[in-house]
Amino acid sequence: MLGALTVLLVFQLIGEVLVHFARLPIPGPVIGLLLLFLGLCLRGSLALPLRDTANGILQHLSLLFVPAGVGVMVHFSRVSGEWLPILAATIISTALAIAVSALVMQALMRGREGADDGKGGA
Amino acid sequence: MTPRITDVWVYLSASPLLGLTLTLIAYQAAYWLYQRAGFNPLLNPVLLAILMLVTALTLTGTSYATYFDGAQFVHFLLGPATVALAVPLYLQFDKLKKLALPLAVALLAGSLTAIVSAVGIAWLLGASETTLLSLAPKSVTTPIAMGIAEKLGGIPSLAAVLVMLTGVSGSVMAKYVLDGLRITDHGVRGFAVGIAAHGIGTARAFQVSEQAGAFAGLGMGLNGLVTAMLVPLLLVLWRWI
Repeated sequence: MLGALTVLLVFQLIGEVLVHFARLPIPGPVIGLLLLFLGLCLRGSLALPLRDTANGILQHLSLLFVPAGVGVMVHFSRVSGEWLPILAATIISTALAIAVSALVMQALMRGREGADDGKGGA
Repeated sequence: MTPRITDVWVYLSASPLLGLTLTLIAYQAAYWLYQRAGFNPLLNPVLLAILMLVTALTLTGTSYATYFDGAQFVHFLLGPATVALAVPLYLQFDKLKKLALPLAVALLAGSLTAIVSAVGIAWLLGASETTLLSLAPKSVTTPIAMGIAEKLGGIPSLAAVLVMLTGVSGSVMAKYVLDGLRITDHGVRGFAVGIAAHGIGTARAFQVSEQAGAFAGLGMGLNGLVTAMLVPLLLVLWRWI
């Protein structure tokens, strides 16, 4: 587990360094994700400890957003000044984005299944 | 000589231990409630934990900065957790490869919907331009959203708040929206939630299944890239018209 955690941190570090020097508009951990993914593809296999550690962290991913979420309290006055447009826009547009993404993807998958005679399926 | 309770409080409130412990307790209490309620999406554990902590900090007059001194240890793990998303992505890669076209088109459609509808609705309801610019990147992960807002003249910290609202509301609504549309495939459900509600949506998807989580992680990552390109483009288009 310690080794796997180190792997994750090393890839994050490489990501942060690349972002800093190449001035990429993408967060370092996202580059780290891409690099680790490429590494796994090249290696062609996944070590069990890495799989377990990754799953362990991702199971508690929700917890990791709590500290940043509490930060909303700092901006309470700014948000409350325009609460109606802000709440209406975030809530309605998020529901719409979920619906549109899902409907488009489902429609295209159905079309493809038809063309493939349904093999593979979903 | 026994220390008075106020002395203990002064000591504790200055130490990172309290913020860290409170975060873990609040989250586990919230998760317990969520579980007891049969995983009712309205009792989203992130939302509940945030509400509990904000209430506790407000009642004790503790500043966010003091709290964050301790909570930053949890916050820090977001970095390695993002890198860890490579693992489910790798495990689901065979499925993802076959779906390249549906994924790409759904991504573009979802990303455009999120940006245009958010800005459009807020504009109709009379939001200020700064708010509009901070709203545009609301569906992507916080660091990208803050970067986009800053570049366009929005307020990065406001963008971060809007990202939070989006993630929490998306996690709460996802089940109802997707069930209402009769979408059953975990890949489709996960991908849609990842596009619309970034990491918080992805965390929610991982609670459902590894497949949903992997697709959500992909949706979140790709939408970050697409939104970073689309928002400036749409802004130029809008100013030009």
